[in-house]
Amino acid sequence: MTATAVSSRVLAAPVFHGIWGFVLRRMLLGLLTLLLVSVVVFAATQALPGDPARAILGRNATPDALKALRTQLHLGQPVTRQYFHWLGGFTRGDLGHSLAARGEPVTTLIGTRVVNSAFLMLFAALVSIPLSIILGAVSARRRDGPFDHATSVLMLALAALPEFVVAIALVVLFGTTVFHWLPAVSLIPPGESPLSHLSVLVLPTTALVLAVTPYIARIMRASMVEVLESDFVEMARLKGMPEQKVVWRHAVPNAIAPAIQVIALNLAYLAGGIVVVEFVFGYPGIGAGFVDAVANRDLPVVQALAILIAAVYVVLNVCADVATILVSPRLRTSLK
Amino acid sequence: MSGSVAAPTAVPAGAARPRRQRPVVLLLRRAGRLGRTRVGLVLVLVLVGTAIFGPFFAPHAPSEFVSLPYAHPSSATLLGTDHIGGDVLSRFLWGGRSVLGLSVAATAIGLVLGAAIGLVAAYSRSILDDVLMRGMDVVLAFPSIVLALVAVATVGPKIWLLVLVVGLTTAPRVARVTRGASVEIVERDFVQAAEAIGESRFKILVGEVLPNITSTLLVEASLRLTYSIGLIAGLSFLGFGLQPPDADWGLMINENRQGLTIQPWGVVLPVLAIALLTIGTSLIGDGLSRAAAGIDRGGIEE
Repeated sequence: MTATAVSSRVLAAPVFHGIWGFVLRRMLLGLLTLLLVSVVVFAATQALPGDPARAILGRNATPDALKALRTQLHLGQPVTRQYFHWLGGFTRGDLGHSLAARGEPVTTLIGTRVVNSAFLMLFAALVSIPLSIILGAVSARRRDGPFDHATSVLMLALAALPEFVVAIALVVLFGTTVFHWLPAVSLIPPGESPLSHLSVLVLPTTALVLAVTPYIARIMRASMVEVLESDFVEMARLKGMPEQKVVWRHAVPNAIAPAIQVIALNLAYLAGGIVVVEFVFGYPGIGAGFVDAVANRDLPVVQALAILIAAVYVVLNVCADVATILVSPRLRTSLK
Repeated sequence: MSGSVAAPTAVPAGAARPRRQRPVVLLLRRAGRLGRTRVGLVLVLVLVGTAIFGPFFAPHAPSEFVSLPYAHPSSATLLGTDHIGGDVLSRFLWGGRSVLGLSVAATAIGLVLGAAIGLVAAYSRSILDDVLMRGMDVVLAFPSIVLALVAVATVGPKIWLLVLVVGLTTAPRVARVTRGASVEIVERDFVQAAEAIGESRFKILVGEVLPNITSTLLVEASLRLTYSIGLIAGLSFLGFGLQPPDADWGLMINENRQGLTIQPWGVVLPVLAIALLTIGTSLIGDGLSRAAAGIDRGGIEE
């Protein structure tokens, strides 16, 4: 923890002033967070009571298997040595070997899953961001009208629902019981891209969209309300500009800046949301893989995926901070 | 605002006390006047009632086999049977206690721990503040479910672990809010007065600062409860919570989803219950935060 204290003093040095200084500072802090995250994940292996190898492999493990695992985990060496060995492998792209899947390298196991999940998150983002911006903007425009109230209650309810409840409800409604329109299980033959099976993407994407849209729409509405009351919007209206143009050309772009952080936070949140949603639909991505690995107590896979998800999270947060600075002139000048 | 704040030590304790409690009482009264809070209260009362008193009305034991798997509703089994022939209605009536009990316990852990960390950070005025809050950021760098699953992978699916880990992932969010609310309180005169007469740090934090942030904590508590219910039920749904033959709403959904096309009640009933419960707690939370915002804006006097 002293590293944090030292770094915050170092980061106050003059080199880190100005806008690029801010970007650099933010990236270093993100890196530091990731390093601490890796310590937490590594500590998980150390928290195993007794002999980790036996705890992982169970009572019936053969001595050979135990010995192999002990070597792989570098047990018997000092803890710090084990950590750096593990971290070193990680930075070289060697994520260790799976304990469950006949010792296959973790990288080959999760490779296609990463791609599948990336598609899912990408589609969810492509749908939810414009949708929530429009919902928020229209709600703000018709503040306290019936549309605003209806959206507000609906968004509140959706935000309250756990993702798996939304996902199961979608399965019941569109997959199995009420209508039989869409596949309830996302079967993608191994080696094929989800892009060639678009119908399986519909329900998982919808579940994720419903999970993140309320948060973005809410901040967008709040931001729009403020912008619509500002002087420059008043000015544009007084000039006689058509209302449509005032709203969509002038107000919305200015209202998006404060919403960027929330958007990035929610994209990061998608990284967690895919865990349950992929499990519900049996979608072959990192989320479902993570749940499987946890059920099998396949620790190398669990560690790799936990760090991957945390990395997505941290990187998106850094991007959000930088983007917010870049699009807000006031913050930009205050840094100089 | 000054009405709620001025509690100098010179004022006798009897006079100071009702003044301090007033903001919370006022908050509850204002929130109770909002339609959404009332709807939320009704939903929560119905579901909490079902969870607590349900077992007394269950026609069968939760682990009793009454018929063939996925049997349709009949006079003996009002909502049919589940994947191994247990009575859906009975298992539903038994299955609410764990969801509710575990999430309330997890929220309580998160609130106490988070409030403690936030208060200490706000009051420390030193590097400790940075260290604590940066530590909270590290916990927040994981989506909660990922942190919970890492813990489950290490220790195994244990009930106490779920409560603990959900509580721990709740704490950083509470800590941030608590610190934010108390940073400005610790600078006030009455805190300095308490310091001047040599009150202990613990007494200052619990006796002087905490009473001034109860409204904030109350709003946060309802938000965190909603979130804990979702997380606890979700982990049970993934198979890492209660284990069969115990009855639990999250577990029921997982057990019966293979038979959705044949007999949907085993899934629909617990899904509806969890949905209405979380919507209820979140409506109450929204009512509370709206009332709190109104009080902040309109001053404390009614």
